[in-house]
Amino acid sequence: MSSFTLDGHDVPFTEGQSVLQAALAAGHPIPHLCAHPEFKAHGSCRVCTVKVNGRMVASCTLPAAAGLAVESETQELKELRQGLVQLLFVEGNHFCPSCEKSGECKLQAVGYALDVRTPHFPQLFPDRPVDASHPDLILDFNRCILCELCVRASAEVDGRHAFALSGRGLTKHLIVNAESGLLKDTSVAVTDTAVTVCPVGVILKKGKGFAVPIGQRTYDKAAFGFEGKKP
Amino acid sequence: MNAPRRKLKVATASLAGCFGCHMSLLDIDERLFALLELVELDRSPLTDKKHCGPCDLGLIEGGLCNAENVEVLREFRRSCKVLVAVGACAVNGGLPAQRNHLDVRDCLKAVYPVVPNDPELPLPLDKVHPLSDVVRIDYFLPGCPPPAEALWQFLTDLLHGRTPQLGHGLIHYD
Repeated sequence: MSSFTLDGHDVPFTEGQSVLQAALAAGHPIPHLCAHPEFKAHGSCRVCTVKVNGRMVASCTLPAAAGLAVESETQELKELRQGLVQLLFVEGNHFCPSCEKSGECKLQAVGYALDVRTPHFPQLFPDRPVDASHPDLILDFNRCILCELCVRASAEVDGRHAFALSGRGLTKHLIVNAESGLLKDTSVAVTDTAVTVCPVGVILKKGKGFAVPIGQRTYDKAAFGFEGKKP
Repeated sequence: MNAPRRKLKVATASLAGCFGCHMSLLDIDERLFALLELVELDRSPLTDKKHCGPCDLGLIEGGLCNAENVEVLREFRRSCKVLVAVGACAVNGGLPAQRNHLDVRDCLKAVYPVVPNDPELPLPLDKVHPLSDVVRIDYFLPGCPPPAEALWQFLTDLLHGRTPQLGHGLIHYD
């Protein structure tokens, strides 16, 4: 089997795997947010950035190749990733203490893994009203990190095309496929993959909040990349 | 634990917070005795001293929602060699900052039939700010509140001259 090196460790890969996929399979948890094993790489959040031959590249979109020398756990990359995560925090309204996804949130877990202790940048505090129109679901735009996982899941798995991103730059935002702009008028169903794939607390099932006590949630028990294993 | 040569002076304050971080500090339980071997409290809700003398360490809970918060914070920055933002509100504004997308006048009108206007009341700020918007902060300890274990780890590291390390389980945003 061919291999590349990651921080000096040999990482085997199969043809077609990305550097991120091969690293995760070999037990090296490169932080990532928009990448998901069931979906094609998106390369938008850049949190999985690694350094290869002196160049910064997103490891989710970089095809694994024999002989690559990949750097990941360096101070330079840690600081770059911290900055990216901090920017995601300041762009939205991430009040973790009042979020139902807290303890299960990937943005939070990546923040913990990268030792992010402060938002660092000036917070924007945008005004983003919640869409609670759907009988079974809540859409809290305050927490959206624009990873497009719900967009991809709704189009590719659920076949509903219920979500999309609209706008550019700072005005970029999540929209739903209904003339009213309300979730209740889309075809989305509570059983959709798009509902469960959200890495943060945007798409939430009503009546299910805070079901798992503090201390027993996924990221109380294990660090990012070690979910389901002993810490 | 080897005690340093002299006790370090520590001041604490709760600004736009809920005293939850102070409660979490009390949750270190019997280790409070060990802590008091190392430190002497200056201005703090626990001593009721109204002003801060020269201190080695200042711990601030809560963000800035009014003019008095800013004045207290500036006094702490002038008086403390090392200033720590303790808890979500001090670090990022926290729950009080959820009013930041609203007009403060509308908020007051919604809550009070007659908006209070006593000259003794500190004026509210139009936005709730984290501490680092106004003064330089040396360390950030997130959490709502930071767990007692995190406060203990953080303080013992700092008081013994080590860079505070948190690690999994001690760094929390909720």
